[in-house]
This record gives sequence, C-alpha cells and structure tokens, in this order.
Amino acid sequence: MMAKFAAVFMAVLFCALPLRAQEVTSFTLDNGLDVVVIEDHRAPVVVHMVWYRVGAADEPPGKSGIAHFLEHLMFKGTETRASGEFSATVEAQGGRDNAFTSWDYTGYFQRVAADRLDLMMEMEADRMVNLRLPEAEVLTERDVVLEERNQVVEGSPGAIFREIQRAALFMNHPYRAPIIGWRDEIAALTPEDAVAFYDAHYAPNNAILVVAGAVEPEDVRELAQAHYGPIPANAALPPRTRPQEPVHRAERRFTYADARVSEPYVSRSYLAPNRRSRAQEEAAALTVLAELLGGNPATSVLGQALQFQEQVALFTGASYMSVALDPSSFDLVIAPLPGVSLQEAEDAMDRVIADFLRDGVDPAQLERVKTRIRASEIYARDNVQGLAQRYGEGLASGLAVEDVQGWPEVLQAVSADDVMAAARAVFNRDRAVTGWMVQAEDAEAEGGEE
Amino acid sequence: MLRILSFVATLLIALPAQAQIDIREVESPGGITAWLVEEHSIPFVALELRFGGGANVDEEGARGAVNLMTGLLEEGAGDLDAAGFAIAAEELAASFRFSPGHDAVSVSARFLTENPDEAVALLRLALVEPRFDPEAVERVRGQVLAGIRSDRVRATAIAAQEFNARAFEGHPYAAPIEGTEESVAALTREDLLRAHEWALTRDRLHVAAVGDITAEELGDLLDRLLGDLPASAPPAPGEAEFSLAAGETVIPFGAPQSVIVFGQPGLDFDDPDYFAAFVMNEVLGGGRFSTRLMRELRETRGLTYGVGTALISRDHANALMGQVSVPNARAGEAVELIRQEWARMAEQGITAEELERTQTFLTGAYPLRFDGNANIAQILVSMQAEGMPIDYPNTRNERVMAVTVEDVQRVAAELLSLDRLHFVIVGQPEGLAAAE
Repeated sequence: MMAKFAAVFMAVLFCALPLRAQEVTSFTLDNGLDVVVIEDHRAPVVVHMVWYRVGAADEPPGKSGIAHFLEHLMFKGTETRASGEFSATVEAQGGRDNAFTSWDYTGYFQRVAADRLDLMMEMEADRMVNLRLPEAEVLTERDVVLEERNQVVEGSPGAIFREIQRAALFMNHPYRAPIIGWRDEIAALTPEDAVAFYDAHYAPNNAILVVAGAVEPEDVRELAQAHYGPIPANAALPPRTRPQEPVHRAERRFTYADARVSEPYVSRSYLAPNRRSRAQEEAAALTVLAELLGGNPATSVLGQALQFQEQVALFTGASYMSVALDPSSFDLVIAPLPGVSLQEAEDAMDRVIADFLRDGVDPAQLERVKTRIRASEIYARDNVQGLAQRYGEGLASGLAVEDVQGWPEVLQAVSADDVMAAARAVFNRDRAVTGWMVQAEDAEAEGGEE
Repeated sequence: MLRILSFVATLLIALPAQAQIDIREVESPGGITAWLVEEHSIPFVALELRFGGGANVDEEGARGAVNLMTGLLEEGAGDLDAAGFAIAAEELAASFRFSPGHDAVSVSARFLTENPDEAVALLRLALVEPRFDPEAVERVRGQVLAGIRSDRVRATAIAAQEFNARAFEGHPYAAPIEGTEESVAALTREDLLRAHEWALTRDRLHVAAVGDITAEELGDLLDRLLGDLPASAPPAPGEAEFSLAAGETVIPFGAPQSVIVFGQPGLDFDDPDYFAAFVMNEVLGGGRFSTRLMRELRETRGLTYGVGTALISRDHANALMGQVSVPNARAGEAVELIRQEWARMAEQGITAEELERTQTFLTGAYPLRFDGNANIAQILVSMQAEGMPIDYPNTRNERVMAVTVEDVQRVAAELLSLDRLHFVIVGQPEGLAAAE
C-alpha cells in the first residue's frame, strides 16, 4: 500500500509551562511511522534518530544477541550502498553516527549540520528495507561482537555479576538474557537469523522517527513523507507480547567470586512496575523513592545512615529503571568499608530500609528532590540529544508523547504517602534477588612483570 | 564597573551551515578575565573554571594530595558540614563538579537564573573555605583508596599506569593523580591545606561562562567567587622526557582479552606541524570507523570491538598513544598489524583522497561541537588553556585545510618511529615475537 499523497495527522503539543518549555510536535505517517520533532534553534545542528520497537526481549528463544548483532550489520551495505558507505557518508558531512540496542528498542542516530537532514533520511529509509548481508561480512562482524562481549562483559566482573542477577530476577521474561546475548548463542548466529529478524521487525509501522534541533516541524514532515512515506507498512508485524513473570514465591541468592574484585559489595534487585501509558503514578513514586534512598550520599537515607552516621559503607545506592515495556527492577547496593562483612553490610542496609518504612519520608528532603527534578527540566533543555532520547525510548517502550511530556508533572504530584505505598509494595524479598560480589582467592590477576 | 577588553563577533564558517557564536572577553573590576557567550533562551548559566597546576603541584612525598583535596571541597565548607553543603546545593538546584587532573583542577558549575548570587556564594565557600574536617577526610580518603585498589585489578588501568610509569619516569606524570595506597594513607591535613593553597590560585586560572548572564553580572560574580583565592602558585614542574624505547612489556593478567596500550613521543599543540600530525592521526586511528587501524583490526579481521589513537598534548609532555583489546590468542597478530600500519604511514603518508575526506570531516564536524551551554563553556576554557586566540574558531578550519599531502608525508616520516613505539600488554598474550 503506497501512500503518495498521504494526509498527515499532526498534533502540536506545545505548552508554555516552565516544566516543558521545549517545543515538541508529533504526527504519524500513513504507513504507521511515528514522528517526533523537538525544536532547538540555538545551533544549526540536528539529531536524526530512528528507533525500532524491537530489542533483545523480542528475540526468538535460543537466538539471544540477534537484535544487537543486527544493529551492527545495519552498517553493512544496501542494494545501492556499499558496506561501510553509510558511516563514511555521514563522516563526509562532518557528522557522527552510531546505534544502540536495549531490551525494548534498537536505535540509530546521526548528528549533522541541520541542512544535511535530507541525506540522512534518505540513507536511513534505504536501510530500513534494502539491507544486503554478504555471508563473509556477517561472520567477521560476529567476531567483532564476540570481542565486544569479551571487552564489556568478560572483562568486567561487575557486568558478569549483573548478568547473573538479571537471569535470576526474571524467571520467565526474556529480560533475563543479556542484550549482547549469551556467548555460545552469539557464536551460533547466522546470516539467515539476522535476515529473518530484520524482515520481521524493521518496518515503518514498527518505528519512531525523532528529529531534534534546528528544524521546522513542517519541513521535517515533508522530508519524512518523501523518504519514509513510500515504504509500505508490514501488515504481518508480530504482536509485541512477551512471556511474563509468574508469581515469585522465594528470594533468590547468589555469590559471585572473581579475582578482579577489590571492593566486595551486596546488590539487591527487586521486581518493580514500569511506567505505563496514562498510568505513570507508581513509577513516579518509585523514581522519587530511589532519589530519596540513594541519590546524593550526603543527603540520601542510605548514604546519611551508612556512610555518614554509622560509617560502615564505602558506597550506597538505589536505582530504578522506570522506562520499560514490561515490569523492570528497583535496585539497592552497598559496598562495605574494609573490616565490615557483607552480612553486616546487608543487615545494615535492610535495617535502614525497615526504619524508613516505619518512619516515613522527611518532608524537607522530598521538597528538595522535587526542586531538583524541576530544575533538571531546565538543565535538560541544554542537551537536545538527551531530549530526543527521552521521546525515543518512551515511545519504543509503550508510552505516548503525552506521557513523556506529562512525566515531570506526574513526578511533581508525588506525595509522601505515594512514596511509602510504592516502597511497601516493592520491598518484598520474595520478589528479589540478592547477590554478593566477592574477591576470588586467585593470584592470577595480581600482576607482576615478566 | 566592567571593562570590556575586546569584543569579537565570531562567525564560524561551518561548511554546510553557518553557526554564529559571539565570544566576548571580559575583565572583572578585580582583574579576572573570562570568555563569555550570552545565551538567554534557557534560564541557567554554565560556568567553567580551570585552575592550572593540578596534580603537578603535589609534593614528592604527598602524591594524591590535590586529588584528595579536590574530593573534599564539597564535603564541608564555611559554616556547613558535608550534609549542610549538599542540602544548600539541592535547595538552590545548583550543581558543582570538581575534577582533578594532571595539569589542572576543573570546576563545572550550573546554576539557575533565579538564584545566581546564592549559588555563587555556596560555590565560593567550597573553593575558598573548605573545612577538611577529620571525619570527612577519612571518609573520602577511604573512597580514594578503594579506587586505587580497584585499579590494581582492572586491566585497562594496569596497562595505562604501567605505560605512564615507564614513559614519564621521574616526572609527576609517571604516577596516577590519585597517588598510591602508601602516599594517600600518609596524607596529613597540612598536606591538604597546602594542596588547596597551591592548586586553586588566580594566576593560572581560566574562566568561561555560557548562558543567561550579562558581562556586567559575570564580572561582579567572578570577583565575589574568586577574589579571595591566593594570587599565585608555586612554579610548575619541568618538561617530562618520554623515556620509553621500542619494545613490549607484558603484565600477566587473567582475562580472555589482552589490553594493549601503545605509544611513542608526540608533538606540542604549538608545533607548526601539529595540524599535519593531527590529520595524519585521524587517518591512522583517530577514533572513527573509517580509520586504517579500525579497518585492518575490526572490519577486515574481527579482531577487536575498537581501536583508537590520539595525540596527547599535556602541559609538560606530548605523546601519540593508542589502545585496543584483542583475544589473547591473537595479541601478537594485533601488535604486528599496528606496527605495519605505523611503518606504512611513516613511509607513504596518506593519499590525496584520504586527505580530502579527513579535511571534509574535520571541518564539517568542528562547528557541531558548539552545541549546548555546558559544552561551549568547556571548549572555551580549553582554548584559553592551550593559549589560543579568541578568534581561533574562525581560523581553525583554515589550518586544517592548509595541510597538504606533502606535509603529512613529511611529518609522518619525522614523527612516527618503530624505534620508539612501545606496547604494554596486560593479559595472557600469545604470538608475540619477543617479549621484553
């Protein structure tokens, strides 16, 4: 179905509130491509991003890593462009390009002078449907990915630890597999696997175009229509339903020992709800909770108690991943000072959490967190690529433009009671994995010259 | 009263688009010079301070003093303890980052237009009246020691430290700015007070501000912020001699990959051949997908996720350095490939087509860097630290375009030397011809 003269639905969501002063326009092409335009006219620069609503959690069983592998292969040739020509062309414009893969999305972006947007769209639209993958190039690139895994996972005890923790937290959901894939499964990926995944998921009706910078929405609409508009929608796009978590009935625990660990730590990961469209309140409360518990060490609940008062911890932290298509995780971490055992550290952390659940939120601290969130919206406007990221990952993770725009206000509306209700719900050890990172007794990594 | 020394309307002739940025040099009533870009569309200011000196002012027996001192600036100042300071910053929604380096201590501040006076008063406390309370000193010392211990079991850190220790033997550059476990454990409050007095002075200070502020407001603000700092610092250390010879140093380490840090002497930014060397490095290994090293090691052989080289231009030393992680079994092959590319570049230089492609990229990419108040403030401070004139952005692309194939050929032949190229390899490398 070709839409030569598409009628384009256009919604301008501009609000002069200080919370969301940047001008954001969104519309959808007839073939289903969602488009978001963020204007920032300070510099004649544009960021052009295409986000696909497919990531590591959408991979077929046994094919972990295929989403990320395909992301690498997208820089090979198309029917009309040679391998490597894409990046070479961006460079020839003085631009930078790269790509990224997560559990819920795969994204491609270029940062170029604003008057080169046309060419970027032409090339990105081309590789949306015309990718060509010679076998020899695929196999060499697979070696590159294996070395990437060696560098970023095998070379980092913390990354190995997180892989174990995630695989234990998600008992059934594909979030359990690492984005880059399990080593043996990466090594077995074929060109056919890549083509099958590409054909199934890369289509305009499974993509979001985000253009941010010195552009006019009307110009973006015309260019998008010219380049992406002619690509037909994929009517056979698979529904995005993944296996969900069963009821978690018992805490899981593990210990990982590695010779390359100097500072042991305890990390606890709880299953936690994600932001959902028109239902972001609980996620907002959890976002505030993470800030209250583990934001600035000098003022946060964990930092104040364990680094400053009791002085048992070198480091404490709390983090929460709010943007995800399916329920995600809320994490706590404590690295004890030398001489304090991991058991003592874990007990201390749990005691502070129990005290917090009993005593509640310090109203002054909540007020300061909100002040910072309000200001962070002003500071965020200095980084248009960061704003583009928000819309891209949000829309690829089940949110609408209105949800992304409304998020700062949802955060401002969080009350102390909301925070406590969210905390009581999330801090359930039956739905958690606790890991201990310890130093292995192994002299191999001790060093010394030959 | 504010005296405006000069006003330069800088037109960046970005090849495709035109980026216009007005950089003004202003001098405060108290005599502090700053570069300013007024940008009133977002209600905040990015302020960047660079205090020259850095860890180079550490005394021989007190390595790590400047690093620890910098880590303590926010941990209690004036009448505020660490928590009090953090609460005050949160209430203002201001943020301060203090970054120690070999050559400088950098301060990056952001504050809202609605409360600049309060934010600057708070930052002044940290810079001028840090308390160095014993409890805070011990807490931050513990964090620094943990970082040093974790670097001892991190292959990339081991490789870089070994390289620096051997390349710059006898100079402060030989040691990490954090110091050693022994030196940090021995640091006294007096060491910290001296580091503070020597590392944060007005004579080696560079300042840039970008955002919602006028020249007059900035001058007034700078006098309040910095007027009480000491005027001068002790003399800088001498030049560091690059003392590594060709060869390979292997440090056994248990991991599937070998981390390889390699390098040789470089050249100074002031050197008339700098831009030719810069263009040459872009072609050789400058960090993009299309460099020769990326093509040989990654695209053709799948040996690595990434390889890059860079001209390192520090205040007292220069080097051309690179890094790559490869499978242990193919470490020898990688080292040999890097040597081959080194030799090929030294003998043949680059082609006219490579020169044109690189010039197009560099000149097109340059204006794209001036994106965002915080980014621009950092660029402006770096320009000042390198001694560039305020109209440098106008001339920079001309300098890149002036480089010829012959320039690169000559500079490559003079600079690149297999007789000086040293490899530090951390891992269990196989296939090395002859390890030292």
